[in-house]
Amino acid sequence: MEILVCVKRVPMVGGTIVVTADGQDVDTKMSGFAMSPHEECAVEEAIRLTERLGGRVSVLTLGPPAAAEQLRDALALGAGRAVLLATDGREWGPIATTAAIVAEARRQADAGQGYDLLLLGNEAADTGDYQVGVRVAHALGWPVVTGIKGIETDGGTVRARREYRGREELFEFALPAVITVKEGINLPRYPSLPGRLRAKRAVIEEHEPQWQPEGLRKQGLRVPEGERKRANVLGTGPDAVPALVGVLAELGVLP
Amino acid sequence: MTVLCLVELDGDGAADASLRALTFARDLAGGADLAAVLFGAAAEVPAQALAEYGVTSAYVTGPGRLAGYAPLAWARVLAGLAEQTGASAVLAAGTDHGHEVMAHLGALTGHPVAANCVSAAPAGDGDWRLVRQRWAGLLLEDAVLSAPVALLTVATDTVPPQPAASPASLAVHVHEPDLAEEDLAVGATETAGQAGGASLATARVVVGGGRGVGGPDGFAALEELAALLGGVVGVSRVVTSEGWRPHSQQVGQTGTKITPELYLACGISGAIQHIAGCASAKHIIAVNKDPGAPILAHAEYAVIGDLHQVIPALVAAIRDRGGGAAR
Ligand SMILES: Cc1cc2nc3c(=O)[nH]c(=O)nc-3n(C[C@H](O)[C@H](O)[C@H](O)COP(=O)(O)OP(=O)(O)OC[C@H]3O[C@@H](n4cnc5c(N)ncnc54)[C@H](O)[C@@H]3O)c2cc1C
Ligand SMILES: Nc1ncnc2c1ncn2[C@@H]1O[C@H](COP(=O)(O)O)[C@@H](O)[C@H]1O
Repeated sequence: MEILVCVKRVPMVGGTIVVTADGQDVDTKMSGFAMSPHEECAVEEAIRLTERLGGRVSVLTLGPPAAAEQLRDALALGAGRAVLLATDGREWGPIATTAAIVAEARRQADAGQGYDLLLLGNEAADTGDYQVGVRVAHALGWPVVTGIKGIETDGGTVRARREYRGREELFEFALPAVITVKEGINLPRYPSLPGRLRAKRAVIEEHEPQWQPEGLRKQGLRVPEGERKRANVLGTGPDAVPALVGVLAELGVLP
Repeated sequence: MTVLCLVELDGDGAADASLRALTFARDLAGGADLAAVLFGAAAEVPAQALAEYGVTSAYVTGPGRLAGYAPLAWARVLAGLAEQTGASAVLAAGTDHGHEVMAHLGALTGHPVAANCVSAAPAGDGDWRLVRQRWAGLLLEDAVLSAPVALLTVATDTVPPQPAASPASLAVHVHEPDLAEEDLAVGATETAGQAGGASLATARVVVGGGRGVGGPDGFAALEELAALLGGVVGVSRVVTSEGWRPHSQQVGQTGTKITPELYLACGISGAIQHIAGCASAKHIIAVNKDPGAPILAHAEYAVIGDLHQVIPALVAAIRDRGGGAAR
């Protein structure tokens, strides 16, 4: 089974989120980067599927050359091949991103190594557009489901599950297909030392797709206004418990 | 001009998120026709609620061929109705179904989709000026949308549901769409699930545990406290990725959004992705050994100290107070 996982490099912001002075981006001076959490699970799911059914996991990212870091993270976990769709660091919208991913899928198909399954995240952690997976599926003419929390397949058909409003939804369809997943579908493994070494040496395939403008245009980013509180410290250690019980009583949550 | 809004059914009425989307859509329509699109039996149409929210037409696609949820078919119906009514905008709530159907509609039409909008207004020349959430609401994006039809989902936690000043007179149309076999190829078979995740989302008290709990065994005390307070345990992502607790208990951007009366966050630093899931708690109390932890900037009260001492002492004090029996 040939599986392609699409991962996005996003800032790993911690206690606060800060916007750059020009109001156009998240300030990443103080943060590292990671792949979006849903996609970390997509990589894990792909590796588990190929461990069971054979085949190969390819990972793809569209981003600046530094995004090779996230590809190497995926290689260290067990992906066999990595593709960097290199950009000049500018933000790509979902329609342009879709075109670039579809072009990669077609390249592989033309080379006789077409993918059977594309795995993506349900939504990217930063822009949260909730659509690239579905658009890719339409362009390829493949079935698609989103937000999946469980996948069973024999390599021919797929049973994909998720929960909605407290009910389970089950979808059954044939491969090739696109599935977007959510964190919680599995518990991703940690990279092994040999995996890390292999990833370090691996050759990353590179292409430079063409950016295109879209109908939805960002004007700027800002942090929503919310009152920042300063917690009223009730005390230190168990000595604070009587005061804490008093507050809980006031809030009406005590039995 | 018409504005179309997908209305999801939940139990025997319109879903809360859809009422919020209708409120948003009515503002956007600015007096033009507001049409609701529903899937189900005609008898299930919550006609009174729709009229109260200012809906003038409801198009209901019945369970004939479309027995359950089928995202591509739903999008095909929306596309057909948008054309038929000359809609200027099509909206859905920013729920899993709403996002999925609108993504299909975007792909079918080739138009952009703006996800999780918190406001939108016409900006002249067929453009729309809008504000949408990024980072699960931690950031707002000001944007301009140029498209023949504006396709939007509405953030579920921002616009309050608000009936119209005066109810509209509603016409219900039973809609019989032309659907191809392919449109129905991917459809959901539904079964009643376990209520696990749902109770976290709606619990009145959530006792949160993070890395500070130290391991899977440390949760016994938090469970005991949660049970005493009639609540449930919620956790941070560190806890689920360590495998200490299942992901269904995770609070945050990639977990569950909670809305309790009280969130008692123990050994949780307060990373913004965690705050994204608990910011709607009415009251937050932090128990943390670090007086500089970011969670203190989101909490109303804090106890500085080791949770392994504070929580058992709190449990004992509550038990002493009335054995959990009084009131
Ligand atoms: C895109 C993205 C999405 C994410 N989504 C989520 C999400 O949905 N939910 C989520 O929670 N995180 C999420 N995260 C992770 C998040 O950034 C943090 O890494 C995580 O929330 C930290 O968990 P924590 O507070 O338990 O651990 P830490 O940050 O390590 O904090 C532990 C805290 O416990 C305190 N402590 C330690 N020992 C004790 C003790 N004995 N008594 C009292 N206090 C003690 C410490 O002072 C510290 O404040 C996401 C990250 C990214 C990049
Ligand atoms: N720049 C990118 N590179 C690789 N994959 C991406 C990129 N942008 C989006 N994706 C994939 O598409 C999914 C949905 O993204 P979105 O529709 O933008 O929220 C993400 O979870 C990724 O799997």
